[in-house]
Amino acid sequence: MAKRIDVSGLTAYYGSHKAIEDISMTVEPRSVTAFIGPSGCGKSTFLRTLNRMHEVTPGGRVEGKVLLDDEDLYGTGIDPVSVRREVGMVFQRPNPFPTMSIFDNVAAGLKLNGSYKKSELQDIVEKSLKGANLWNEVKDRLNKPGSGLSGGQQQRLCIARAIAVEPKVLLMDEPCSALDPISTLAIEDLIGELKERFTIVIVTHNMQQAARVSDRTAFFNLAAVGQPGKLIEIDDTERIFSNPSVQATEDYISGRFG
Amino acid sequence: MDISTKNTEAPPPIPQPTATEQKRAAHGATRPGDRIFLGLSRGSGILLLVIMAAIAVFLTYRATLAISKDEGNFLTTSDWNTGATPPVFGIAVLAFGTIISSIIAMVIAVPIAVAIALFLTHYAPRKLSGPIAYVIDLLAAVPSIVYGLWGAMILVPNLTGLFGWLDAYLGWTGIFSWDGGAPRAMFTVGILLAIMILPIITNVSREVFRQVPQMHQEAALALGATRWEVIRMAVLPFGRSGVISASMLGLGRALGETMAVATVLSPDFIIHGSVLNPGGGTFAQNIASKFSEATEFGRDALIASGLVLFVITLLVNGAARAIIARRKEYSGANA
Amino acid sequence: MSNAAVTEKRASTLRGARLPKWSPYAIAAGSVAVAVGIGLAAGLDSRVQLGLIAGLLFILGSYVIAARVEGRRQAKDRVATSLVWVAFLLAVVPLVSLVWTTIARGVKVLDVYFLTHSMGVVADSQPGGGIYHAILGSLEQVGLATLIAAPIGVLTAIYLVEYGRGNLARSVTFFVDVMTGIPSIVAGLFILSLMLMFDMQPFGFAGSLALAILMMPVVVRSTEEMLKLVPNELREASLALGVPKWRTILKVVLPTSLGGITTGIMLAIARIAGETAPVLLLVFGSKFINANPFEGAQASLPLYIYQQYGSGETPAYDRAWAASLTLIAFVMILNMVARGIARWKAPKTGR
Repeated sequence: MAKRIDVSGLTAYYGSHKAIEDISMTVEPRSVTAFIGPSGCGKSTFLRTLNRMHEVTPGGRVEGKVLLDDEDLYGTGIDPVSVRREVGMVFQRPNPFPTMSIFDNVAAGLKLNGSYKKSELQDIVEKSLKGANLWNEVKDRLNKPGSGLSGGQQQRLCIARAIAVEPKVLLMDEPCSALDPISTLAIEDLIGELKERFTIVIVTHNMQQAARVSDRTAFFNLAAVGQPGKLIEIDDTERIFSNPSVQATEDYISGRFG
Repeated sequence: MDISTKNTEAPPPIPQPTATEQKRAAHGATRPGDRIFLGLSRGSGILLLVIMAAIAVFLTYRATLAISKDEGNFLTTSDWNTGATPPVFGIAVLAFGTIISSIIAMVIAVPIAVAIALFLTHYAPRKLSGPIAYVIDLLAAVPSIVYGLWGAMILVPNLTGLFGWLDAYLGWTGIFSWDGGAPRAMFTVGILLAIMILPIITNVSREVFRQVPQMHQEAALALGATRWEVIRMAVLPFGRSGVISASMLGLGRALGETMAVATVLSPDFIIHGSVLNPGGGTFAQNIASKFSEATEFGRDALIASGLVLFVITLLVNGAARAIIARRKEYSGANA
Repeated sequence: MSNAAVTEKRASTLRGARLPKWSPYAIAAGSVAVAVGIGLAAGLDSRVQLGLIAGLLFILGSYVIAARVEGRRQAKDRVATSLVWVAFLLAVVPLVSLVWTTIARGVKVLDVYFLTHSMGVVADSQPGGGIYHAILGSLEQVGLATLIAAPIGVLTAIYLVEYGRGNLARSVTFFVDVMTGIPSIVAGLFILSLMLMFDMQPFGFAGSLALAILMMPVVVRSTEEMLKLVPNELREASLALGVPKWRTILKVVLPTSLGGITTGIMLAIARIAGETAPVLLLVFGSKFINANPFEGAQASLPLYIYQQYGSGETPAYDRAWAASLTLIAFVMILNMVARGIARWKAPKTGR
């Protein structure tokens, strides 16, 4: 059920400012693809174009194609709401709904999409929380507010919420940057498990993390501040970190800039 | 005391002061200039307290003068005969009218104000929402007497159709039966009050909705929520207490509104079952209408009714503040 | 209904059937047309009614059409959107009408003569006369109220922000909140009770006192906000130079926040300038020019409107509208200038 993503000639704007320019790449199903690059290079912007979240930002617009198993997300007649149901997202800061319980947080997406029986809902919530390695920690307090959990737990709750609606693709925007090392490790393990079922794209600032969790790595860069970000290269993670084909990638990875 | 220790007393006073710090602040002013300035500013604060106390004391005193001679029951009598011997007066009609008109105003104004606030924060094109918010700010400043004049001259004649229609379809409830008199009734007052408090409730609600963290809304969007579902999942739950306190502020204003009611309502001292038939009255309107012919005793009686209004508005405003304060703690705990 | 959108089958999960972009406008136009039709058929002539019917039809129509084409969730979303728009338009109608009628009717008799003459020898039923006495009374009452309330309000705010600790400050804060909610008529009754005590007749300054009570908490609140915006580093820098605290407040803190404080005071003036109820109780109103606020009844602009309206004569109505226009213009100009100052003097924070 995981799907392939084919991006071709994608350019994204904030108002008149061009944030990323002419990006083309393929993301294989059931794999983890990491986006790395210096701050402001547009990797998060690019990630948000993959589930049409970019256009939520005022002035945000996109040119180009994003094919999800041969269907263009930006084609005519495509409903962005349905797109986001197929392509889930986990954000940089854990953002469980503060007014909802743990259970309701996980069930939030399901409740949108029609009527489930109570028992069905319970099954899915349990499955999702187990899938997010959170079940054992919260099974006794499902009715407590999600905001009472620790940061790492909150982030796994957000992952459970995202996978509960069974998306085809899971986008993660620096999911560990607000977390401590132990929580980070828990999330990284989880990513390894989740890639059996989903196509995962993760933006990260942490190159060790990219090396640890991803199968393929894409390096983004920008010529100068104010210039649009570009995709420099995308390759198997092993190759990117051992023998990249572009000098800029090697400079970045070996810490010579950025 | 040297300068560096005074430095530590510098505001804003967010952390709780220690006992020694408080002591220092108490006699911190050793220079004459400091002492005079502190005296003046503290004196002003105390003066405010004195004024509040004086309002309560004097109103109560004059009120007791009147109530002690009241032959009726001040709370339950629906009559206002301060000139008679013995005088018989009570606030039943006024309390009823004040509450009914405010309820009507709230029922109309709150949903519309919330909708406009959502319109400004989530629906309107950005270029439009700024100027509209500015205009609504200005409208909040239109004097109530102008609303009153407009209500009496423009709104009242335009309501006959609506009244007839309500009477035809909802008249059987009794609440909306109409005998065809001029539409200078509680319902008219409610509509006008709703229009008047709309800007305040809208403004405060808009502020609240604007503060809803973007990340919660994006979380809902990323789950595949439509715009309305985002509002229901992330915006309204977060803004609920803010909207409640905004409504209470509006309610406080509706309860105490004088001139707009006095110009629009044709009052009497009967509790009417229907909100469409003219008659009834509110505390503030009754004071304004009865004042000029009132004797000194009559004025004391009006002061007594004003005292009741004072207490009611204090309670409503107090509740609104309490809700706002609770919300601050709540959102702070969540951050 | 649009057949083009309906015929598109749900071939994929991403491609929901969508109504064309123009559909809300079409539904809106249709609703208005049907509403007018119903109105003509049923012989309704009230525009309020027609508007309500049209709004109702629009919401119902949006829901039914969207539910059939796009599904229930989208339909709900559309209904919410249309409800929000209807609410906005519904609210705009009376507010625009208010401003429009005041201007349209107000300009009829508003001229230099109107602004420079009193009602001294003019009966309510006669045309002519003016609002000079009312403007004079208003300016004196509001001016005196400002002279009382502004210093007390600003000093109280200074106390709360710069010195305030402990129970006294807490109770002042609380009662400022309480005071904000006092109905204007209650403030009037308070001064009235004092006047009854000393057996005094209505005079302008009594009104000023009531207005000052209404103005103080507003000034305290806004000044407090402004003083809190002054960064602590500024105070510490001055204190570290050996400047006494009171001079620091006077020379550093107040000048920094002067723009904001001025704005707050002007907004407070705008608020009390329109107050009628306390003036009605305490100043009573007069047809004649009385320049002495300390003796004898005076007129005031809002009270003038009320009394002209109350007389029930057509020429008096015209005068009431013209006076309303003058009052609104005064209040609006104060507001706009105040907001202009606020924007101009605003500390550059990322708001």
